[in-house]
Amino acid sequence: MPHDHHDHHHDGLSASGHPFRSDNDEALTYWQRMEIAARELLIEKGIVTPAEVAAQIDAMDARSPANGAAVVARAWTDPAFKDRLLANGSDACREMGFDVGALHLVVVENTEAVHNLIVCTLCSCYPRTLLGLPPDWYKTRAYRSRAVIEPRKVLREFGLDLPDHVTVRVHDSTADMRYLVLPARPAGTDGMDEAALAALVTRDSMIGTGLPRQP
Amino acid sequence: MDRVSAAFYPVGMSDTDGRRWHDMGGRDAGPVPQDEHDFALWEKRVDALMMLCSDKGFFTVDGLRRVLEDMGEEAFETMTYYERWMAAVNQNLIEQGVYSLEELGTKMEEIAARGDSYGEAQDV
Amino acid sequence: MSERVRVRTMAPPGHVRAPYYLRGKVGEIERPLGAFKNPEQLAYGLDAEKKALFRVRFTMAEVWGERAERPDDTLDAELYEHWLERL
Repeated sequence: MPHDHHDHHHDGLSASGHPFRSDNDEALTYWQRMEIAARELLIEKGIVTPAEVAAQIDAMDARSPANGAAVVARAWTDPAFKDRLLANGSDACREMGFDVGALHLVVVENTEAVHNLIVCTLCSCYPRTLLGLPPDWYKTRAYRSRAVIEPRKVLREFGLDLPDHVTVRVHDSTADMRYLVLPARPAGTDGMDEAALAALVTRDSMIGTGLPRQP
Repeated sequence: MDRVSAAFYPVGMSDTDGRRWHDMGGRDAGPVPQDEHDFALWEKRVDALMMLCSDKGFFTVDGLRRVLEDMGEEAFETMTYYERWMAAVNQNLIEQGVYSLEELGTKMEEIAARGDSYGEAQDV
Repeated sequence: MSERVRVRTMAPPGHVRAPYYLRGKVGEIERPLGAFKNPEQLAYGLDAEKKALFRVRFTMAEVWGERAERPDDTLDAELYEHWLERL
């Protein structure tokens, strides 16, 4: 029995509020047949098991921006952890119990004077073992083309108009590293605990196309 | 003129600067589309097969990217993200001798006979 | 002490990870990243030798000239040693 990971709702939206792509009920496509065929051949040859495929999907589904938000909130509240995170991002994530696989994570810090933005112009490299799969826009021609040449204009499209005194540092994820932006902690959050702070950290604030929510 | 090579080699061009279509940094492009989708089960399975084949040493993400690039710009514009991934995973598996084209073609015909939808075509 | 490098201008066909827009541009090594298997060999299913990888920082003025939005904004990219010439 195939394991359907979606909890289908009648309104056509997932728990995250996004529409599902066409799936089980649509006409079977050539590429879907190829997926079934490749998977069954790999299983018949003893290379993978159905359980491994299901476990891999579950592992990816369990990864989300909430993982990154927890890392950011820890860095906001624990200066020694922040130092370790900036020195070796992957090890700091592992220290918090996140299974990030072979990830080589570079964490770049936003300050009053610096704003960091992550892009992959050659494909769509993303810290998927921490944050889950990238948003659709991250993979588009428009974002990949423009983020390196007109980052400020791109940021304005995302609703972020940076003051003139802020330097923009764009990071093109061209090889083996993956990048996470450590956003600046919002003002007015002095008394908040880690969990409350993590709730302020958005996915886009960790890519650099947004800022954390205000408390 | 802002032309790029279509795939591995530039097609229909007697000269080129060698820049390839996927190498997008700095090109002109329109506004960033901001609509988002969740992925379908079959797409998650393509992703899972890629990760498992990589973990088991059959090929790397570099091999995936190489095929995606060689598929060319038209594939980027006309196929979905995981359709392109499926094509690239499959090509790497064929190249590595994991299964043959005959095995793949036979299996895909069997699957077509099972039903008209992705759900019906599963070998329960 | 910063180290200046220029990205090589070669343009072979095939899978490479040096973006075209950085070729011929001069930057400073931001940090060494260690050695990683050469993706130009991995992509073809070949045994790959390890190559040193660096994060190189460029100014937007260097990369884009007069087209730069802000000359002193920066662009960092990872580049393998065989794509860099030391100055």
